[in-house]
Amino acid sequence: MKLQFSPEQDAFRLEVRHWLAANVPKQKLPTYDTKAGFELHRQWEHKLFEAGFSMVMWPKEYGGRGCDLIDWLIFEEEYYGAGAPGRVNQNGQLLLGSTLLDFGTPEQKTHFLPRMASSEDMWAQAWSEPNAGSDMANISSKATLDGEHYVINGQKTWSTRAIYADWAFGLFRSQPGSERHHGLSFLLVPLNTEGVTIRPIKALDGEEAFAEIFFDDVKVPITNRIGDDGKGWHVAMATAGFERGLLLRSPARFQQPARRLVQLYRDNKAAADRDPAIAVAVSKCWSDAEAYALSAYNTVGRVNNGEKIGAESSLNKIFWSELDLLISQTAMDILGATGELLGSASLAQEHAYWLDAFLFAQAGPIYAGTNEIQRNIVAERMLGLPKK
Amino acid sequence: MDFTFSEDELLFRETINRFLATEASPEKLRDIWSGDIDASTLLSLISEQGLSALSVPEEQGGLALGDVAWSLMTQELGYHAIPDVFANSAYVATGLLTALDDSVSQKAEMLERICAGDLGFAIGHSCSPLVADADTADTLLLQQADEIHLLGAADVQTVPNASIDFSRRLSQVTWSAVPKTCIVSGEAGKKIWNDTFNRGAISVAGQLLGLAQRMLDLSVEYSLQRKQFGKEIGSFQAVKHQLADVAGKIEIAKPVLYRAACSLENHHPLSDIHISQARNFCSEAALLAARAGIQVHGAMGYTWEVDLQMYVKRAWALNNTWGDSIMHRARVQDYVLNSDIDLAPSKTFEAL
Repeated sequence: MKLQFSPEQDAFRLEVRHWLAANVPKQKLPTYDTKAGFELHRQWEHKLFEAGFSMVMWPKEYGGRGCDLIDWLIFEEEYYGAGAPGRVNQNGQLLLGSTLLDFGTPEQKTHFLPRMASSEDMWAQAWSEPNAGSDMANISSKATLDGEHYVINGQKTWSTRAIYADWAFGLFRSQPGSERHHGLSFLLVPLNTEGVTIRPIKALDGEEAFAEIFFDDVKVPITNRIGDDGKGWHVAMATAGFERGLLLRSPARFQQPARRLVQLYRDNKAAADRDPAIAVAVSKCWSDAEAYALSAYNTVGRVNNGEKIGAESSLNKIFWSELDLLISQTAMDILGATGELLGSASLAQEHAYWLDAFLFAQAGPIYAGTNEIQRNIVAERMLGLPKK
Repeated sequence: MDFTFSEDELLFRETINRFLATEASPEKLRDIWSGDIDASTLLSLISEQGLSALSVPEEQGGLALGDVAWSLMTQELGYHAIPDVFANSAYVATGLLTALDDSVSQKAEMLERICAGDLGFAIGHSCSPLVADADTADTLLLQQADEIHLLGAADVQTVPNASIDFSRRLSQVTWSAVPKTCIVSGEAGKKIWNDTFNRGAISVAGQLLGLAQRMLDLSVEYSLQRKQFGKEIGSFQAVKHQLADVAGKIEIAKPVLYRAACSLENHHPLSDIHISQARNFCSEAALLAARAGIQVHGAMGYTWEVDLQMYVKRAWALNNTWGDSIMHRARVQDYVLNSDIDLAPSKTFEAL
């Protein structure tokens, strides 16, 4: 055990810090859940890519920097510490990207990864269906093999930012008569293909943050399949594991709001201290965020030693989603009577930040596999309790 | 940056675990709790394995094991509910004695005694009105402000105070602080007491985490045996989710404990805070494991009959040992809320 960064790691941190200080937009970008905001975030992603900071832990040949996961954690600390824009293409970059690296053919990797790193292609997930949410094996959208193509029919939903995205990835039932997790294939679908209809769904904040996707005889070449025909579940589960775990939500994503919460408390100390429970909650938020960071370094150390991370990634997901709720709820408590204000209100200061955080935190225990499902996974795979 | 243990350290832990699983089985622990046998039999067995010499410096024949490795050891001591005197003598008192200036005439002799298996050391710190194992100790290290006083059994009067953890032997100690018993004072004494308190606190943190794991294991085992409505109660989501939450508390506490151990070993300026953080996380894990454990055991959980009760009670007792839980939470809270320190995400390992 050696809890010190190497001189190289320290140097990398400084390089990232200096670049961000010079390049992070002074004015916060509009939300990427709007068309204009989406495009501005795409431009930011391109700038990151040009500097080699888009996907630091991908191999250089695919548009990355060839860093290890410790460097990635360092990058994330600096990125969130600098208040840099949210990563608009993260569902592609972090979820599909990891899957392509593990399961893609050399051609698929060479074609898709650099375009994803630069955000020339923007990606949306297409997992859930109206009758396949927590019960994802109940997928019924069909992909019928026809020569060199699949012909897709069906419906996907809860597809984040799909109305602006260029591509979608998901599971489709490709083997007729198959059931549950058998007979599914993992396909990549260009969203400008004939027969694709996208209908936005307004999220809790009123923005068109996600969408339904309808497929009506949509033709996709079989070269757009990742892994073997009918083996998509295995490929998808690997992706879901990454998603739940570390990659999607790095510790810095919570340490930075926790630090802001401490500042909010200090700035409003007299009012907040009317209830001693607030100080306790603020301290707990900061301490929990730091514990998640320690846990991440520990996990990364084990990954570097060749260990596989299993059901623990479900524990991570439960932990950060509940922490996010506590941070933003505590901030709302401190803001008190003005907490409900939108950013446009005349009395609003940093209210928009906290209201956005509070609203988005409500989704945390639901997306990427509900926390109920995560607790089942922990109980069954870590503790060995029976499935039924 | 490498936040992992070496294979040697993990093997060491596994060896300790196997040894204690046999020698400190719940049946044997019950005998100690019921007063049928004295804990000294078990403690002698542990010492005979050379474990009392673990943190004694090499000059006195020990292995000079540091706090990081001890964070694995204390988890095993907790998992097997080994009575206080072992960790307090072989780890906490040994640390105190090692920190003494070589001019303290009894230093080498006392360390050699511990190395040879003598666990008769008791430490009286102002964090508690009670001293563990004072009634059987032949050497007492007692706090008087910044002074460390060294007394023999004949120099003190002890009044036993029974604890809910029947393996604990707590006493009120009456004694007189006189110049001749004082071995350290002033700044040196203050620093040693602070380190001793921290070492006691992290020893308890590791034990609480080990206890949490034991309570979780017992509860999982029970939920696989006990059937209701025709199936194992462990198949019901309401039971699964309680135990999953305990697993979550345990997993998140581990790296916090290890960082604290690393800080203590390396004299980090924030050791106090890191150790209290570890205590808070380990306490949370142990208290939830106790509560969920009792709940999952149903009415059996409220009986003397199940083994769970010994680990639950020990967790409750240790939760306020070497600093009570309020003190440790307050120490972290004061740092987070009232210091001017920058809490940026990049600071987690600074100055370590």
